[in-house]
Amino acid sequence: MTNNSKVQSGTYKQTLFRGLWRENPVFRLLLGMCPTLAVTVAVKPALTMGLSVIFVLVCSNIVVSIIRKLLKPHLRILMFTVTIATFVTIADLFLKAFVPEMSERLGPYVPLIIVNCIIICRAEACASKNSLAVSIVDALGMGVGFTLTLCILAGVREILSTGAIFEIPILNIQSQGGWFVPWAAMSMPVGAFITLGLMLGLVNAVTKRQTKG
Amino acid sequence: MDTVNALIVGFISIVLINNLVFTKFLGICPYLGVSGRIDMAFGMGMAVTFVVTLSGTLTWLIDNLILVPMNLEVTRYVCFILVIAGAVQLVEMYVRKFFPTLYESFGIFLPLITTNCAILGLCLFINLWGIDNLLEAVVLSFGAGIGFTMAICIMAGIRENLKLADVPDCLKGAPITLITAGLLALAFMGFAGMIR
Repeated sequence: MTNNSKVQSGTYKQTLFRGLWRENPVFRLLLGMCPTLAVTVAVKPALTMGLSVIFVLVCSNIVVSIIRKLLKPHLRILMFTVTIATFVTIADLFLKAFVPEMSERLGPYVPLIIVNCIIICRAEACASKNSLAVSIVDALGMGVGFTLTLCILAGVREILSTGAIFEIPILNIQSQGGWFVPWAAMSMPVGAFITLGLMLGLVNAVTKRQTKG
Repeated sequence: MDTVNALIVGFISIVLINNLVFTKFLGICPYLGVSGRIDMAFGMGMAVTFVVTLSGTLTWLIDNLILVPMNLEVTRYVCFILVIAGAVQLVEMYVRKFFPTLYESFGIFLPLITTNCAILGLCLFINLWGIDNLLEAVVLSFGAGIGFTMAICIMAGIRENLKLADVPDCLKGAPITLITAGLLALAFMGFAGMIR
C-alpha cells in the first residue's frame, strides 16, 4: 500500500516537472508562440499573462477531465474551445475589474488565450485521457513552465531595453549619467523574434550537450 | 471619394504597416510550420485570407447587430470562436471536394486554422479599433489576409534558399526561422512612417 502510493507520488512529481524542462511548452514543443512574443516587453505583463494562462489551463483541464467520458470524438475540439473561451472570458473580466491598467496594456492578447495552442494541446493530450488529479498536476506543471519561460524572456528584453527589471532600475542608463545605452530595438518586434530565436538555439545546444555527456 | 481614400489607406496600413505577423505577432504557429515550401505557404495564405475575410465580416455583423443591442458583450469571445470554427469547417469541406491534392498536402494545418491567432486576433482588433462601418471591416479583414499571405510567402522563399546555407547545428529549424523573421520585421519597420 505504501509502496503503491510512493509510485503514485513519483509519477505526479514527474508529471509536474515535465512541463518545466523536458516538455517545456515554448522551448520544446513550440506552442503558444504568439503571446510569448507579444507580451514579453517587460516582466510585469509577462507575469500577468502567465498567471492568466495557469488559471485557464487548470480550470479547462478540470472541466475536460470531468466530462471526458461524455465527449464525442467529432465534437471534441469544439467542446474544448467553448470551455476555454468561457474561462478566458472570466479571466478577462477579472483583469478588467481588478487590474485595469494591466488589462489595457495586454489588450487583445488576453482573449487570444483562447487560441493558445498549449491549452488545447493539454486538453487533448492529457485531460481527455487522464483522471482529475493527473490533469490538474499536468496543467500546473505546464502552466508554471510557460510562465517561467515568459518571465525569463521578458527579463532579458526588459533589462536590455530599459536597464530595469520589474521596473526597478538595475543598470545606470546613459540619460541619467550612467554608462548603459538602452537598446531600443529590444522593446520592438525585432527584439522579440531575435531573442526567442537565440534562446531556442541555446536550449538546443544545451540539450545536445546533455545527451552527449 | 473620401471613403474610398480611407479604405485604401486602411488597406495599405494593415498589409504593410500593421502587418499581423511582424507587428502584432499573430499567426506565428502556421508561420513557422508551413513556411517550408512556397506553394504550400501560398495555399495556406489563401485559405487564411478566405477564412479571415469571412469571419471578420461575420463577427462584425454579429457583434453590431446582435450582441451590442442585446447587451450580450460578455459572450463575445464564445460567439467569435464559434463563428471562426464554422467558417473553417466550410473551407475544409470546400477544399476537400474541389482541390483534393491541396487538401492532402495541408494535412493537419487546415483544421488548425481555427486556432490560428491571426483570425481571432483580427476580429478582436476590429472590435478594439472601433470600426463602425461594414465596408471598412471587410476591407481590413481582407487586407489582413493578404498581409499574412505576403509574410508567409516571403518567409518560404527565404527558407528555400536557407537550405543551402551553412547554419550552425543548434540554430537549425525554428531558431533560424525566428531570427530571419526578426530581420524581416526590422525591414517592415521602415514602412512605419508612411501613414500618420
